[in-house]
Amino acid sequence: MKRFLILLAVMVGVSIGAAQTTITYWQYDYATRVDAMNQLIAQFEAANPDIKVVQETFPYDGYQQQVAASLPAGQGADVAQLFYGWLPTWQRAGYVIPLPAQYFDAAELDANFAPLVQAAKVDGTWYGLPTAVRSLALFYNADMLAAAGYDAPPATWEEFIEIAQALTVKQGNRFVQVGYGFAPTGQDHHLVREVLVRQFGGAPYSDDYSTVTYADQAGIDALTFYTDWVTKYGFTVPEFVPGNNGYRDGFRQLENIAMIVDGSFAIGDVKKVSFNWGVTELPVRAENGIQSNFGSFFMNALTPNASKDPAKLEAAAKFLKFVTSDDAMKLWLDVVGELPASRSLISDPALAADPVYGPFVRALDYAHATVFVDETGQRDTMVDAINEVVLQGTSPADALKAAAAEEQLLIDANR
Amino acid sequence: MRSSYGAPRRRRLSLARREALWAYAFLLVPLAFFLFFRLWPAVQSLKLSFFTWHVDPEQRTFIGLQYYREMYANFAAKGDLFKALRNMLYYFLLVVFGQVGIGIFSAVLLNSITWFKGLFRAIYFAPYVTPAAAVAWVWGWMYSVNFGIFNKFLSDWSDFVTNLGLPWLAIDPQPFLTSPKQALIAVAAVVIWQQLGFQVVIFLAGLQGIPRPMQEAAAIDGANGWQRFWHITIPLLNPVIVFSLIISTISTLQMFDQVQNINFTDQGGPLGSTLTIALYMYEQAFQKFRIGYAAAVTVLLFAIILVITLVQLKVTQRKVEY
Repeated sequence: MKRFLILLAVMVGVSIGAAQTTITYWQYDYATRVDAMNQLIAQFEAANPDIKVVQETFPYDGYQQQVAASLPAGQGADVAQLFYGWLPTWQRAGYVIPLPAQYFDAAELDANFAPLVQAAKVDGTWYGLPTAVRSLALFYNADMLAAAGYDAPPATWEEFIEIAQALTVKQGNRFVQVGYGFAPTGQDHHLVREVLVRQFGGAPYSDDYSTVTYADQAGIDALTFYTDWVTKYGFTVPEFVPGNNGYRDGFRQLENIAMIVDGSFAIGDVKKVSFNWGVTELPVRAENGIQSNFGSFFMNALTPNASKDPAKLEAAAKFLKFVTSDDAMKLWLDVVGELPASRSLISDPALAADPVYGPFVRALDYAHATVFVDETGQRDTMVDAINEVVLQGTSPADALKAAAAEEQLLIDANR
Repeated sequence: MRSSYGAPRRRRLSLARREALWAYAFLLVPLAFFLFFRLWPAVQSLKLSFFTWHVDPEQRTFIGLQYYREMYANFAAKGDLFKALRNMLYYFLLVVFGQVGIGIFSAVLLNSITWFKGLFRAIYFAPYVTPAAAVAWVWGWMYSVNFGIFNKFLSDWSDFVTNLGLPWLAIDPQPFLTSPKQALIAVAAVVIWQQLGFQVVIFLAGLQGIPRPMQEAAAIDGANGWQRFWHITIPLLNPVIVFSLIISTISTLQMFDQVQNINFTDQGGPLGSTLTIALYMYEQAFQKFRIGYAAAVTVLLFAIILVITLVQLKVTQRKVEY
């Protein structure tokens, strides 16, 4: 009898083991995000004992390379995280599959997720869902501003220029401290396209993002205004602090940058600093007060690996649903500091009134998510236009015309 | 088959043949490695260059030479491919000749010193064994406009000469990596510095092989050091120079790590000023997922390296007899 019981126990154990489905989750390496995901995985596995989730992460710079190389070999992620701007390139090459209709109701998604999240669709089909969304705001070092006699952050670009100039310190020909962290490859290319162009009365693209329209007077004024910060006002300089995140490092670690424009994803890092800081909505032009912002998100999508067998697909879909649920969003907000992607959570008045999250939440109301066809290529064209003006002395009009022509070619080739 | 003696007759190979057979047997291993990991992927990438890319092989469509036409169009429109090829030419001129020239010069000097011989050789070789990414990162900071050591030196120098009443000797801080004009030269200097150790070792070995009596005979005949260098050392080093030229040309044409890592924010430098073919290929394949097009670029790179190497062999491989 004893032997029989042992045998039975072993058999049951084996069958449970065999019934367990393992899925692999990939995202880039960022401490708070990995931590949040580990907590979510633990919760998910407790609720679904038949599913095991393995999280694997890679440095941001090499993340897409890992994806590009692994999936064609049938290896790697079943569920992967990607920037919404990468979706077109991933989708064209078959690295993501549409959200299966048997598990996801498109109308429900339309109703539940913030309008911005529509960018997770290609030709009307949902390809993934975000846990969090992000927008831009102006971070400032309140101690530096106070020392210069400013007790409030700038509300207009005119005030911004005045404060930034006052906080710039030079020693001979070299900058020791700058008023603003110039970052064309950071968030500034978005700042020019989606914020400044609109604030100067233009529109960067046609409504369906199929035509580049920023090479008009409004666009030229916007680029001139932005590049003047370096060439005319001299309160910032390219590559002041070297590094991909040099502008943010200078702001929070070296404390030699007074103000930066950055996304809500930086909140977690900025919170660790020892000086007094604040964050405020992006300034407007005193003349017309037009508000604009750039909204974006990282999304979770299913890869072709997940569709290999039905059990796996079901497990992956379940997991994706779980990490994009309201509860997951709340945890993500606590751990990572990114804003929830659902309509109900984002419209919470308490969040909009929060001194740190508030500026980002309010900005979502007037934020635009650029519909990219080739995010890398489109970013490069705007970065090149900025560099042409700042480094080569090209006129903003010529630089912008060249960028618009080049970006239009990219859009046409990929539509 | 039986011999008249009743014992089985074995065909006996000569010793030389047996040795050769064994040699081939051992060579099979690296050969298999070469075929499988080098040649086969090369053939594969040629094939990929004729297809659009998709994760699922079934969905890759044959498009013939379209990617090659796109490369030509990009080149003709002075796009990124044009910039990469133009940069390769500059890198080739700067890095290859810089490396070989400074390499010979340093090797001759190192060959003639007697004190701290080992120490100096180790110092020269150290950069070569340092990871390229680390080297690029440190140099990136040294080149920094506002915090770098070079501009610190320039501004200290300017203060010094200005105090002496010689302001015309002052030199402004330089933009280095942030300038489209200086970035490539700055990167080339790093690559020369890093690869120099390798060149020096090669040339030192070559110098050891030059018979001493020949130098001594020339000295007795009244040739000065410079004449001996030009008429004895250089010609006798020729095979080593050819080897070194080819190796450094190939590594220059494949340059990637330094360029990818040194200009932190704008990969390939401001306005594509330091972009290389390998980096261009990487961006197409792994940032834009255009693996078919990237494969076409590798085919182009392969063809370029092949042609240059053949030309170098032809031009420089003169037999020197004394």
